[in-house]
Amino acid sequence: MTPFTRESAALMRLPVANVDTDQLIPARFMKEPRRPEGYGRFLLRDLVAEGTAPAPAPGQTILVARRNFGCGSSREAAVYALADFGFRAVIAPSFGDIFASNCVKNGVVPATVSEEDAERLLGIEALPATVDLEAQTIACGNVVVPFRIDPVWRTQLLNGWDDIDLTLAEADSIAAFTARDVAERPWAAPRRD
Amino acid sequence: MNSPASLFDRLWDRHVVKRREDGLSLLWIDRHFVHEGSHHAFGQIAARGAKVARPDLTFGVADHYVPTRGRGGPVPDASIARMVDQLSANTAAHGITLFGLDDPRQGIVHVTGTEQGLTLPGLTVVCGDSHTSTHGAFGAYAFGIGASEVAHVLATQTLWQKKPKRMRISVEGATAPGITAKDIMLTIIATIGADGAAGHAIEYAGTAIRALSMEGRMTLCNMSIEAGGRCGMVAPDGTTVAYLKGRPFAPDGALWDRAQEDWAGLASDADAVFDREVALEAAVIAPTVTWGVSPEQALPITAAVPDPEAMADPVKAAAARDAIAYMGLTPGQPLASVPVDRVFIGSCTNSRIEDLRAAAKVLAGHRARVPGMVSPGSSLVKQQAEEEGLARIFTEAGLEWVASGCSMCVGMNGDTVPAGERCASTTNRNFKGRQGPGARTHLMSPAMVAAAAVTGKLTDVRQFA
Ligand code: SF4
Repeated sequence: MTPFTRESAALMRLPVANVDTDQLIPARFMKEPRRPEGYGRFLLRDLVAEGTAPAPAPGQTILVARRNFGCGSSREAAVYALADFGFRAVIAPSFGDIFASNCVKNGVVPATVSEEDAERLLGIEALPATVDLEAQTIACGNVVVPFRIDPVWRTQLLNGWDDIDLTLAEADSIAAFTARDVAERPWAAPRRD
Repeated sequence: MNSPASLFDRLWDRHVVKRREDGLSLLWIDRHFVHEGSHHAFGQIAARGAKVARPDLTFGVADHYVPTRGRGGPVPDASIARMVDQLSANTAAHGITLFGLDDPRQGIVHVTGTEQGLTLPGLTVVCGDSHTSTHGAFGAYAFGIGASEVAHVLATQTLWQKKPKRMRISVEGATAPGITAKDIMLTIIATIGADGAAGHAIEYAGTAIRALSMEGRMTLCNMSIEAGGRCGMVAPDGTTVAYLKGRPFAPDGALWDRAQEDWAGLASDADAVFDREVALEAAVIAPTVTWGVSPEQALPITAAVPDPEAMADPVKAAAARDAIAYMGLTPGQPLASVPVDRVFIGSCTNSRIEDLRAAAKVLAGHRARVPGMVSPGSSLVKQQAEEEGLARIFTEAGLEWVASGCSMCVGMNGDTVPAGERCASTTNRNFKGRQGPGARTHLMSPAMVAAAAVTGKLTDVRQFA
């Protein structure tokens, strides 16, 4: 995963609340066991078609939206679509929990701002914005706003760590846990007869 | 003396393999369900040459893409056939038990997994599907994960997690006749908002929750995600134990006795502390329907479509304006007058035997005025419903009785609501396009959907009592 420190690029403004993962990538585009590369062209397809969302433009890599962004299904394809299009940071007053966690796994920063700051950023005409993960600020024109992010996620994004490698290094702790657990909860194994 | 603990604290503590300085904990996962959509994760572990760490704790179910018609024959849509075949190939390659397309136990993962007794109190349960929260009804810590996390669980049987905050939602008193778990949950979501429980593990408590059957508790926990919660749970009790006894994968003999002793100690202490408490009065809950495109846009059936111009919050007003336009409604229009074009009974929210009985009770002796589809939650529920004569009631009413799968909940298998049509649905998401591009979804209980089928419009089911 590519480490993230700071990103400066055009800001996509999406003044919509409750944008769910079905909007980020409609289910019908997931009918093939295809690779996530190429999902970017389906991003926000239906919201753009009905005129609720502006079409994402090449070069935009930061997105700001209203509350509860990425709610709904756990489909990581929603983040694949964003990342494949080129997005590296999403800004909103609140996020769907699983979506935000999926963002981090794919090197995309979920930046939580206050409702007022989200409205300020949404109100700015197309200027480039800068998301600074170390300073935890978003700058756009002469507006600079702070954002919140889980400190663990921040470290992961700054370092570009891969979870599976970290965990495989814990093999001893896991073995100790399971040895104890089998003795304490013998009933927890699925019955097979 | 130990400090007081909540059910969630106990579940969490019991599964911590390792606690890291930064606040992340490595959690042991007791059950992992995979479905057709899990192919990205299998691809990720194949790419790193990893094996599935614990195939014995991993179970596959074909549900998201499976056809609901013409079962037993070849799958007509080539891309859907490939999704289903890929799941069979991935599970076979790793020695994972699969409830595949032609297995008599096949069904929606959250219906099959629970009815097989795979989900037990005190377990951690994950699946690459947000409605994994359903399994919390048993007093398990059950949550949906993304594809990268699915790959992580496949490779290690663990997950790095940050402990969510604790929230207790209490519903006290008795509900009025005809009020179901779905009405309770839609009312909760309308009250706290679709992100009202974000970052929280919800425990449902109170006399109205205790009174619910396991089916009702599953409906409730299922939609925790629609309230923004990480998971939802109900402490195990006699209802839980009675449901689990004799289920195929549940413990038996001496292990069953030992399990019951452990489960008895799971409930929250009387003085357990929660980060947030919400209390609702059961008696005021009415049959509830959604009018918009977020589950929080829900009202009693006796209410009218709200007027965005009268809303104080400009962001809420903008969302309502957009929702009303998409849904083709008019502010001030009584909800109970809105005509529907079709109905759907199914999904992991409301497709269990009790749901089908409730719908059949309303439909018995009537003809549906609109077309519709009934998809049981599992192939075993289908069989039972046929034996009980429920299937006949549905077909005699003119509804289509089909095989089990996610079907019209998400439309991935081609069961969709045509653009512009309005569907009364027992599912969990009324998002734009969820049931098909341009589809208009109203969420409600199975009995309310049945009532809408009979009258051809959104209807207060209490007039059928
Ligand atoms: S029935 Fe719907 S909500 Fe449930 S698992 Fe299937 S797609 Fe998800």
